[in-house]
Amino acid sequence: MEITGAEIFVKSLLKLKVDLIFGYPGGVVLPLYDALFQSMKPKHILVRHEQGAVHMADGYARSSGKVGVALVTSGPGATNTVTGIATAYMDSIPIVVFTGQVLTALIGNDAFQEADIIGITRPCVKHSFLVRDVNDLARTIAEAFYIASTGKQGPVLVDLPKDVVTNKAKFEFPEKISLRSYKPTTSGHIKQIDKLADAIAASKKPVLYVGGGVISSNASDELRKLARATSTPVTQTLMGLGSMPSSDRLSLGMLGMHGTYRANMAVTNCDLLIALGARFDDRVTGKLDEFAVNAKIAHVDVDPTSISKNIKCDIPVVGDLKDILKKLNASVKTRKVNWKSKSKDWLAQIEEWKLANKLEYKKKKSVIKPQFIVEEIDRITKGDAIYTTEVGQNQMWAAQYLELSKPRTFLTSGGLGTMGYGFPAAIGAQAAFPDKVVIDIAGDGSIQMNIQELGTAVQYRLPVIVVILNNGFLGMVRQWQQLFYERRYAYSCIEFQPDFVKLAESYSALGFRVTKPEDFAPILEKAIKARRTTIIDCQVDREENVYPMVPAGAPINKMLLA
Amino acid sequence: MRHTISILVENKFGVLARISGLFSGRGYNIESLSVAPTLDATSSRMTIVTRGDDAIVEQITKQLNKLIDVIKVIDFTSEDYIEREIVMVKVNAEPTNRAEILRMAEIFRGKVVDVSSKTYTIEVTGAAGKVKAFIEMIKPLGIIELTRSGKIAMSRGRKTLG
Ligand SMILES: Cc1ncc(C[n+]2csc(CCOP(=O)(O)OP(=O)(O)O)c2C)c(N)n1
Repeated sequence: MEITGAEIFVKSLLKLKVDLIFGYPGGVVLPLYDALFQSMKPKHILVRHEQGAVHMADGYARSSGKVGVALVTSGPGATNTVTGIATAYMDSIPIVVFTGQVLTALIGNDAFQEADIIGITRPCVKHSFLVRDVNDLARTIAEAFYIASTGKQGPVLVDLPKDVVTNKAKFEFPEKISLRSYKPTTSGHIKQIDKLADAIAASKKPVLYVGGGVISSNASDELRKLARATSTPVTQTLMGLGSMPSSDRLSLGMLGMHGTYRANMAVTNCDLLIALGARFDDRVTGKLDEFAVNAKIAHVDVDPTSISKNIKCDIPVVGDLKDILKKLNASVKTRKVNWKSKSKDWLAQIEEWKLANKLEYKKKKSVIKPQFIVEEIDRITKGDAIYTTEVGQNQMWAAQYLELSKPRTFLTSGGLGTMGYGFPAAIGAQAAFPDKVVIDIAGDGSIQMNIQELGTAVQYRLPVIVVILNNGFLGMVRQWQQLFYERRYAYSCIEFQPDFVKLAESYSALGFRVTKPEDFAPILEKAIKARRTTIIDCQVDREENVYPMVPAGAPINKMLLA
Repeated sequence: MRHTISILVENKFGVLARISGLFSGRGYNIESLSVAPTLDATSSRMTIVTRGDDAIVEQITKQLNKLIDVIKVIDFTSEDYIEREIVMVKVNAEPTNRAEILRMAEIFRGKVVDVSSKTYTIEVTGAAGKVKAFIEMIKPLGIIELTRSGKIAMSRGRKTLG
């Protein structure tokens, strides 16, 4: 029996066990919406802006490990997704974005609401498809999910012309996907793994430098095992946070521009740097020619392009991190090394660095320090929550002061640094985990970039809590202007703000304002109990800075400490 | 250093844009590019001549391999390979220099492929050096128009790309 492309679309999603789509309708996708409406499955969440839909799919994917799905119309609907797609691309997040397209016969004619979305997004997708024949639809959808979720994960866009979803075909869904041009490397080369184990056994001052790849490949347990078995200290990138508990004795915290003193000192002085699913981003390395100069570099990554891209690598291992770390753990076990005594001096040196410069801020009774708010969130939720961030100071304080202990609980736009990411991502995570506490740690600037999604959160009863660290500035911009532009605060002061409490209330959400440090905890506790979408507007110290800070282009051991 | 890279790709909509976009987006240069289907119509073969130090060319080949539609990539530079390019040159054919044009064509084993009262068009095929030398020699005689195919390349012996 032949069915329409729209029905094939719905059936394919169900085959792929998609339970949720974030979307927004429009002319050319009406057939798809009609089919979704009639099937009632997957569930559809109506967003308020297509960028929100993509960030929600992304937050859903980061928190659950499943592929996130967004559906939008052609033209403006499609172009509104670009920032969301680029955000997912930079952080290698598996999402599939379906965009409507005009009739195949009209493509290229500047038809109403036509946009060459394949062309526009080409540099920021893992792959994209324009489906031109309904007979290819089911297979293309299966391929899109396969490509998004395997190898180095990433966003895939599927462009669906209107006639493709109205034409009819037999529904044949491929049980297995095999593409001759795409064979993601999965298992690591055992010789290279043994070589890495040798290097760890031989090194006196090793450091594990862990990025988001460990989280995407669900390899946190294997990482912890490796670190503990070999007594190797671990530093994490912004994307790697949660893979190793921050409270662990071997944890150095984050490295890089706003990394801890001990992490940056350890990396600068180590003799073996083992990068796991990290990519030597400039925010991590600072000045390249002074980065880890005394170290042998080992790099384990699923993506060969990130190996030896910025820094020459001595021991490359390509493949899936989980698989490789399992084998590495087995290989390390066979070495006759007294790991504890080998690491003693190195760990003592690190402890010295830790004591010399702790992460700290001047506590005050009279004003709310933004770091204090993050510490309070941490104390009250005890790590049992999903945290998202916006971008700027809020993001860095969250990264520094949350004691993260679990993977997939810290969602932040690392690579692209997208303001407006945190709130919709929190909604996506909450949709994936309705019973969890989900908190967006926000700045007053960023939150206004996707504030319209309050409507979505309230409509679907998603009790996301937004904590605004409200400093009345585009804080991180102001910090740079203070430090590097002689305090000329060019257009970084938000001189007019909405009343966030009333704004929340106008959406039937809860709104609170906090002006005294001691008031925050009871309000957050109340919000968590209420299980309602909430905004907590915290009036924080306006000119607090994020420290330590490595000025752009400086070596990472040259930190401004206060 | 100059590198000649051959790429076997799925013969699909938009593949050329993905490859040229990769080069422009990442700041790699393309000196020449040629593309056509292979014996198997579902795949195409591209040859790109690019420039860069070893680290850059390593990135280029890795980035190409990462594209979903790319089946295989060979950088010929470290191999024994054969290359060819074709050039067509339209030259001013004054009565005084016609003999000289024909003599050049003969030296380079070229062919006269078009003749008019004022012009000769010569076709020359060969490795990059030969094509370049021919152009240099014919230049003083007055080139009106010139078009080159870009390089194509293939391994010597049994080794194949596809
Ligand atoms: C979409 C977007 N536009 C601009 C920037 C540049 N930018 C980075 S941080 C920042 C300030 C953020 O201000 P706010 O959200 O109030 O956070 P704060 O730094 O005060 O915590 C800006 C403008 C960005 N990262 N993203």
